[in-house]
Amino acid sequence: MNLLSDSLLELVRRTSTEIPEDVHQAILSSLEREKKGTIAESAMKIIDQNIALARNKSQPICQDTGSIIFYVDCPIGFDQAAFEQTAQDAVKLATRKGYLRQNSVDPITGKNDGTNVGPGSPMVHFHQHDSPEARVRLVLKGGGCENVGAQYSLPNENLQANRDLDGCRKAILDAVLQAQGKGCGPGILGVCIGGDRATGYEFSKQQLLRKLDDRNPAPELDRLEQDIVETANKLGIGPMGFGGKTTLLGAKIGVLNRLPASYFVSISYMCWAFRRQGMTLAKDGSVQQWLY
Amino acid sequence: MIPLKTPISKAAISRLKVGDEVAITGVLFTGRDAVHKYLHEGGQLPPGVNLKDGLLYHCGPVVIKDEEGKWKCVAAGPTTSIREEPYQWQVIRDLGLRGVIGKGGMGEKTLEACKKYGCAYLHAIGGAAQVLAQCIQRVPNVYLMDKFGAPEAIWEFEVVNFPAVVTMDAHGNSLHKEVFAASQAELAKHL
Repeated sequence: MNLLSDSLLELVRRTSTEIPEDVHQAILSSLEREKKGTIAESAMKIIDQNIALARNKSQPICQDTGSIIFYVDCPIGFDQAAFEQTAQDAVKLATRKGYLRQNSVDPITGKNDGTNVGPGSPMVHFHQHDSPEARVRLVLKGGGCENVGAQYSLPNENLQANRDLDGCRKAILDAVLQAQGKGCGPGILGVCIGGDRATGYEFSKQQLLRKLDDRNPAPELDRLEQDIVETANKLGIGPMGFGGKTTLLGAKIGVLNRLPASYFVSISYMCWAFRRQGMTLAKDGSVQQWLY
Repeated sequence: MIPLKTPISKAAISRLKVGDEVAITGVLFTGRDAVHKYLHEGGQLPPGVNLKDGLLYHCGPVVIKDEEGKWKCVAAGPTTSIREEPYQWQVIRDLGLRGVIGKGGMGEKTLEACKKYGCAYLHAIGGAAQVLAQCIQRVPNVYLMDKFGAPEAIWEFEVVNFPAVVTMDAHGNSLHKEVFAASQAELAKHL
């Protein structure tokens, strides 16, 4: 179990301090695209410097180290309670080491006990799978981008959005417009069409586990993903909302069945400081392979 | 980059216009959600926090104690400013702020207060916690730590060449308003 502690601490450290390669590539192309001498280009340059500094100093990319969300795919017989305890201890240690900010607050008393462990923190989603190995993925999602997430219930008369893919497109693009630079763009969208209010948001976040350069296997969703990014990048919102060419670095869309009465489009906005990492574990709890 | 040194005169703020890039040197005090609500409800600033002609930074940093027991800031990017919109105009008026540093921009009431009292909104790069922490040379003090916890406390930072962009100036101009209107008009063409 000791090896699992070390692995989880290292997972938190990497996630907080190192941007995944697919995201870095998207940021570099965006830096290329911005017009030279603009404040948008200047913002992207600072972002690129920041990525290098965080990695070299092993310090958080962003001071808001966010909600701590673990996704665990585990084999039959995996001890989930023990895992959760070890994850909590790793989070406490990572906080003491400064990889995570003291970021978890009781909403009633306003008390921040400084450990990052409490109701809902860290969040661990377990999923049993038919494979002998355990896979652990971690997303750290800051509050600025979480606050600009949005959930639409279709039809929406204001947006003239009906219960079809065009209606979904209108809702998603409205979320981009409303977010402007407040979620630390250029951003990445995770979207869920369908589900209920809770599962819709939850599944929209899970879309963020996909790599930016992958393609959606469903052709109509793939088209919508490409279209959302292309259209958003014509709006001129740009990095930080300063105006410019890159408003989104990516959009990933998943679908859940809905009730006949409900039609939700749930959008999670992820900032450019997209912190996700994952690992597969060997039987002894050591890291077998890094995933991103 | 236009150098900006604290304390800042009203005249120096007046010269800034939307789109200018500035490099700030001097003292910053952080203050975010809890501090704004506290001030709004009549709370007093502790002795040592002087914001007259100064800069308030919307930031909840990661600060640790080094081997000598001194504060060391390891991450310090801006937080989203719009949450302080109900309170900011009053804080600008009462404390005599010359600048608010944050991200994402603010609304009409703050823009109005910037014009009326001689203040500007300086947009730091959101998420650039390392680049910005590197500009912090020293953390002389922290205030209201026990009351609000580390991210919400008032931290005093001595900074050198801290980069920001003027996105709301003292003349009633807001880049955020412009970009919103332009992007809304553009979106209408694509629906």
